[in-house]
Amino acid sequence: MSFSITEPKKGTKWFAGVLVVGYALITIAPLLWIIATGFKSPTDSISYPPKVIFDPSLEGYVNLFTDRTRATDDMLEAKGEPQTWYEQIARDQGTIISGPSRYGERFLNSIIIGFGSTALCMVLGTAAAYAFSRFRVPLKDDLLFFILSTRMMPPIAVAIPIFLMFRNLGLNDTHLGMILLYTAVNLSLSVWLLKGFIDEIPVEYEEAALIDGYTRFQAFYKVVLPQAATGIASTAIFCLIFAWNEYAFAVLLTSGTAQTAPPFIPTIIGVGGKDWPAVAAGATIFLVPVMVFTILLRKHLLRGITFGAVRK
Amino acid sequence: MKNIPIEKIAAATPETVAQRIRGLSDRSIAWIFVAPTIFLLLAINIFPLIWTIWLSFTNSRVNRPNRDVEWVGLRNYERILSDSDIWNTMQATAHFLIWTIVLQVLIGFFLAFLINKKFRGNDLWTTIIVFPMMLSPAVVGNFWTFLYQPQIGLFNYVIAFFTGVDPASFSMIGDVNLAPWAIVIADTWMWTPFVMLICLAGLRSIPNSIYEAAECDRASKWRQFWTITIPMVLPFLMLAVLFRGIENFKMFDLVVQLTGGGPGNTTTLTSIDLKREAFEKWRTGYSSAYAVILFVTVFGLASIYVKALNKVKER
Repeated sequence: MSFSITEPKKGTKWFAGVLVVGYALITIAPLLWIIATGFKSPTDSISYPPKVIFDPSLEGYVNLFTDRTRATDDMLEAKGEPQTWYEQIARDQGTIISGPSRYGERFLNSIIIGFGSTALCMVLGTAAAYAFSRFRVPLKDDLLFFILSTRMMPPIAVAIPIFLMFRNLGLNDTHLGMILLYTAVNLSLSVWLLKGFIDEIPVEYEEAALIDGYTRFQAFYKVVLPQAATGIASTAIFCLIFAWNEYAFAVLLTSGTAQTAPPFIPTIIGVGGKDWPAVAAGATIFLVPVMVFTILLRKHLLRGITFGAVRK
Repeated sequence: MKNIPIEKIAAATPETVAQRIRGLSDRSIAWIFVAPTIFLLLAINIFPLIWTIWLSFTNSRVNRPNRDVEWVGLRNYERILSDSDIWNTMQATAHFLIWTIVLQVLIGFFLAFLINKKFRGNDLWTTIIVFPMMLSPAVVGNFWTFLYQPQIGLFNYVIAFFTGVDPASFSMIGDVNLAPWAIVIADTWMWTPFVMLICLAGLRSIPNSIYEAAECDRASKWRQFWTITIPMVLPFLMLAVLFRGIENFKMFDLVVQLTGGGPGNTTTLTSIDLKREAFEKWRTGYSSAYAVILFVTVFGLASIYVKALNKVKER
């Protein structure tokens, strides 16, 4: 190993490592607690002192996905033997499953709206970013700044007229309305990020393609798009995560049909009191995909969160 | 060949031939590519903004569609600026904004500084630290209410474990004095990694040769830190503060789930107050004026700040 005077000493590295690992463990603890609570029984979840070791139970998940009614012993007996393992879990709590809960629908809404808006945002964003990167667009800098400034508005501030507009157009509480809204919100991010990625692709490739007889359009989708694929993919994940996490617009503009999971999860209650394992189970299913995406994204994370202002 | 711009090559070809060979002209492609984005932003961002501004001069109430909407001039603005409740809200927001930024900058920079010591496995631990900021603030806020429960909550238990206070004796979200700190702690937990990542990029952008030169000049580590590290990371740090400042000024989801603005009005940040005026009391005209004031404030402060940031960058 070559010697460098700027290389930290071994002791320093150890000390830094211990502190960082300590912080990481503290910061991850609440997340592990959420995941663990999802597998606790309701009694274990509210025990004192908090239980670190417990009998794992799927009650939280069963309660999350089902609606139940409390039943007397006679009613339970009249029902006969439970047919499935989840009915068994519900019976053990003295309840009968009356049907599926709305969590499944809300989760599906999150998926439809998240992927729908991301797809639309990518199509519009890539096209606009390409134009801004390669052509002389009049008022380019002003337009780019205008696109960025739309992100500075507090969502609640524009929510009033959007609410009125959607009501007049019949878009309130519809998937289409939410997809259009999230696309508009995410466009600033996608245009800025994608412009950065496309700027990095040498123009010479397209020039060569044009000289070989490609049209501009062919050069765009046969030469530029494949090269920007990584950038487009990571931008798409950022848009997806934003749409997935969004709460303010969702809670104000949706109430049923198109409601996504974030406004729904806090409203989960059990039979008699807050059912923390069910809430934790709902949160776990909702949060873990984002953690997986974070790991996939780690190289472009910094770029994404700063709208491309900081590139590594 | 490489140095001739494409426009010149295109211009050298007769127009009719160019049309046939190249399909659409660059200019029309540029317009086709940009127009949908601009159109959507105009429809969903600018048009509503203009509508908000118009509504702010009226006494409109959305929940009473049959009432005549009257033009009231600047009356809404006058009422807002002379309303003492709004100033309390502003104070709560300022408390939240200042403390989250101070804590996140200190902890975030310190962490980045440590990670930059390049100990083994620093990539893995960095990724773990980053998790909270990618999660849904509403869901996280909802779950922090569980951690903050007196007696059964993990947070209270840990505090009790280290200080010996009875965990049932205090409620982070139920106590008037503690609630403003409850939201600061949750936000700091969530967003410190953001500042950390940006600082880390700043630290990594400093070339080693500068430190080597300082070392040759026998500058102490302490002096190197204050004359090299801090000034070179400063633009990055300021950028992080800008992002956090704008985001936390708009803060809604995390806090509304965590405390709902309570107890009393101690954690009623501007966005929460605005939501109550607009969607619970349905004072549409009044809340539109409120929204305009907030937007002008963010935009104004951000512009001044960006100017300062550019000055620091130029140095």
